Amino acid sequence: MSSIRINGEDKRIKAATVHDLLRAEDIDPGARFVAVAINGVVIPRGQWDSETVKEGDDIEIVRPAPGG
Amino acid sequence: MYSPLEDALTIADKTFTSRLLIGSSMYPNNQIMLDSIEASGAQIVTVAIRRIDLAGGGETVLDLLEGDYHILPNTAGCFTAKDALLTAELAREALETNWIKLEVIGDRETLYPDVEHLLNAAAEMIKRGFIVMAYSTDDPITCRKLADMGCAAVMPLGSPIGSGMGILNPYNIEIIRAENDCPIIVDAGVGTASDAALAMELGCDGVLLASAVARAHDPVRMATAMRHAVEGGRHAFRAGRIPRKHHAEASSPKKGIIGT
Repeated sequence: MSSIRINGEDKRIKAATVHDLLRAEDIDPGARFVAVAINGVVIPRGQWDSETVKEGDDIEIVRPAPGG
Repeated sequence: MYSPLEDALTIADKTFTSRLLIGSSMYPNNQIMLDSIEASGAQIVTVAIRRIDLAGGGETVLDLLEGDYHILPNTAGCFTAKDALLTAELAREALETNWIKLEVIGDRETLYPDVEHLLNAAAEMIKRGFIVMAYSTDDPITCRKLADMGCAAVMPLGSPIGSGMGILNPYNIEIIRAENDCPIIVDAGVGTASDAALAMELGCDGVLLASAVARAHDPVRMATAMRHAVEGGRHAFRAGRIPRKHHAEASSPKKGIIGT
């Protein structure tokens, strides 16, 4: 288990890759318009299978929302 | 005869026949949002980038708008250049667009831009290949700096975001328009149709608004009003207003008046 921060919330999760992390959080990795950043760096969708999540990572998972 | 194509708005490499840009937030429901945006005639629609709700998915605003509009993500809510840059990068990844409406605010009370962070963020975004439409204070110096560094559009506020106070300093807006070659779009503060018309009469290239339509009693009707106001204001600007005078000047012939 790793302690990480997802969207501002501290969590302990068992995840090896970004793809695993999304699955663990009930987010469909195939969903459109989703973007992920780890420690301030955007991880392109093509690297979700290979990019690993490490202890202490600060992760942002976003999507578009209504805005002005 | 007037043709919208003949007077199109070009931003970066794209051309738009509508000069009204509209937000996608605060509508009573999605159907009223879609109907209002359609009634406005806008081709550019802004969206925000927000943390995904881990509790549930559902459709996004993009599922509703995609394909029909040019989607312009914003960096609304960011207080620092660093956060704005990350938001822009996330938007580029999520929406596959390098267009960004750059907002960096200084506090929650006024939602006024933080000029220092705004200028730093704009410069870095341009370096990273973004097409930056920068929400700015209405001061000519900041707007000139944003234009000179290569922003695709500079968007001075008419008055604070969501205030509906209209254009508080039309003289500054005129100066900003006159001093810069890039599109100038009044962003924020529009409360009703005459505010949008005034922005266009001052020579602005467009108007970006959200609350004025979404929070109106009848959003679809207000969207229609805004469309006509922007078009009317643009016509008036191009036609050239008569000078203001302190004395009357009769419009009917002075000769041949009976009883003289």
